[in-house]
Amino acid sequence: MIDLYERQRAMRAMRRAAIQRGVVAILDIGTSKVACLILRFDGPEHFPSTDGIGSLAGQSSFRVIGAATTRSRGVRLGEIDTMAETERAIRTAVQAAQKMAAVRVDHAIACISGGDPRSYGLAGEIEIGNAPVTEADVARVLAACDVPDFGPGREVLHAQPVNFALDHRTGLADPRGQIGNKLACDLHVLTIESTLVQNLLYCIKRCDLELAGLASSAYAAGIASLVEDEQELGAACVDLGGGTAGISIFIKKHMIFADTVRLGGDHVTLDISKGLQIPLATAERIKTFHGGVVATGMDDRDMIALGGETGDWDHDRRTASRAELIGIIRPRVEELLEDVRARLDAAGFDHLPCQQIVLTGGASQMPGLDVLAPKILGQQVRIGRPLRVQGLPQAATGAAFSGAVGLCLFAAHPQDEWWDFEIPADQGTGKSLRRAVKWFKDNW
Amino acid sequence: MRSLRGFRDPAPSRGAYKLQRLMLTPLFRLFLRVGLPFGTVALGVGLYLADQERRDALILGAADIRRQIEERPEFMVNLMSITGASAEVAEDIREIIPIDFPVTSFDLDLEQIRARAEELDAVARARVRVRTGGVLEIEVAEREPAVVWRMERGLELLDAEGHRVASLTRRTDRPELPLLAGDGAYLAVPEALTLLTTAEMIAPRIRGLLRVGERRWDLVLDRNQRILLPEAAPVAALERVLALDEAQGLLGRDLTVVDMRNPARPTLRLSQEASETFRETRFDLTGSQTE
Repeated sequence: MIDLYERQRAMRAMRRAAIQRGVVAILDIGTSKVACLILRFDGPEHFPSTDGIGSLAGQSSFRVIGAATTRSRGVRLGEIDTMAETERAIRTAVQAAQKMAAVRVDHAIACISGGDPRSYGLAGEIEIGNAPVTEADVARVLAACDVPDFGPGREVLHAQPVNFALDHRTGLADPRGQIGNKLACDLHVLTIESTLVQNLLYCIKRCDLELAGLASSAYAAGIASLVEDEQELGAACVDLGGGTAGISIFIKKHMIFADTVRLGGDHVTLDISKGLQIPLATAERIKTFHGGVVATGMDDRDMIALGGETGDWDHDRRTASRAELIGIIRPRVEELLEDVRARLDAAGFDHLPCQQIVLTGGASQMPGLDVLAPKILGQQVRIGRPLRVQGLPQAATGAAFSGAVGLCLFAAHPQDEWWDFEIPADQGTGKSLRRAVKWFKDNW
Repeated sequence: MRSLRGFRDPAPSRGAYKLQRLMLTPLFRLFLRVGLPFGTVALGVGLYLADQERRDALILGAADIRRQIEERPEFMVNLMSITGASAEVAEDIREIIPIDFPVTSFDLDLEQIRARAEELDAVARARVRVRTGGVLEIEVAEREPAVVWRMERGLELLDAEGHRVASLTRRTDRPELPLLAGDGAYLAVPEALTLLTTAEMIAPRIRGLLRVGERRWDLVLDRNQRILLPEAAPVAALERVLALDEAQGLLGRDLTVVDMRNPARPTLRLSQEASETFRETRFDLTGSQTE
């Protein structure tokens, strides 16, 4: 894990360098769209000296100066399918955003929605012998967590300490300076497939950008669309995207679980395309304009022209009623929500004190979802939109951009992760020389 | 209808993308905005001037244009006028300032002309200017001769400050000026003039002032009389002598020298006859007394 630790530390250093320079790009590479936001860090709170989060949830320190969205290409189910196509899509978005911002960006912070994320709750415990807890102790207890075998080809994306316990007291957010005998911590680790990370790294490198941070899109959507008390009391955020639905569960302002359902809006489009025998682009259009999940009597009489370009008059003049369309959409949405329910149950969400579920993402804009979702997910469901960020264009304030907005907040105030603490001395010594030799081997 | 030409990729090519990023680089933009135009101009000028012939032609052309402007009639000076000077002095000035008229006023160094004119002894101050109409005007203030100084080589006219004005062939040419003599007399002309002013009441009797040892004055009167004045405060000493003369007719008596060099002990020297007469008289007195 040392290798990963170093890489994540390097990314953190890159992020600091980017903020020092003042400009950083946010890349949300999704299945249906690629969004690029360019943030400028300046203003009075450039480097807030106070502890914790600044005013306006820490987001007043940056401003969005460029935003662009393009149709995603070469991405399937949140994973990169065709590298060259994805690279082109990123290039399109970055170029448009750079043009709007009129600055050149060199650093990008990206998020990953696919890659089969798996959550692990780790626990560690050390003796500190009736002394004040220092930062080194925190690092030690994090290193003392017993790491399970993640399996081959997995990589840690997040490793966030979510809870500290000192002797009998638990639920400490920051144990430093307190005196006790035994320090224990809970660490939430999220792993994803490493090939996906490598592909993403390669694509971003091909666009002359340096990766300054990587986050799970479910986590990013959660910090953007859950309000503060939901994050504090416990809530689940479901990011209904194009190819995947990301689930993240927050409590006490920490993500404690993340998962992905590999179903999304693109599957609905595919169903419509197959069911009505129309091209995908038309199906997407019809879904966007006429889609819904709750049929009323009016919908039987609401006929939708399907259109076509074949030249066959009968084929091109077909119509379908809106009720038919809803009949196609609804089962798929129900399946998706039931999958989400199953994942939440598996994670033990029903044991949490607060059962709030927030739906966000592009597919959450489907009319009638606020009626259908409570039937499956429970009564406390709301449709969430991301936090408003300074300078964000109106077109990019919708629910589809909660991942991108979450990444902005992540860029401004990343949560402490395992690699933000110095590596304990007993693990670091003796390896530095070997690391130096390895560095020479790698570079020459 | 599906287009037969194939669909156009909205994504920028790698080259276009890199070019856009390059154009957004501040340093590169600065180079384009400043470095490139300046560099191009500098390169062109450099290439043009690399040839010696072109360089010479350029310099020649510039000098030509300059000369054309300088030689416009507005800037030409055609004659010199000298005011405030006597004929001989004006002639001298014309001699030492040789200018071939007409000449452009750009080539005239007025400061130098003024300095040359003031080099003449007879000229106290000169003001030089180019007047409209192409006239070089030299306004001269001549030195006023105040005394005649007789030295071994001949006679010189000096002004009130002791500066040489001109030579004099005969004393009778300027009989109204007082006469000084002796080495270094020119250094003490103001003092001599003060003494002469003081001695105004015996002016008809004054022959001249003699500088002795370059430090003090002798006032020479007719009948071979002299008043030896001290180095310090000669005016006061002279005033004492004049007071005595007024009260007792000192100078009218048969003396040759009134020696005031030591103010505490003024001394008189009688003439030969007077001293003999004085001795006889004293013998008489003493004889009558002793005998």
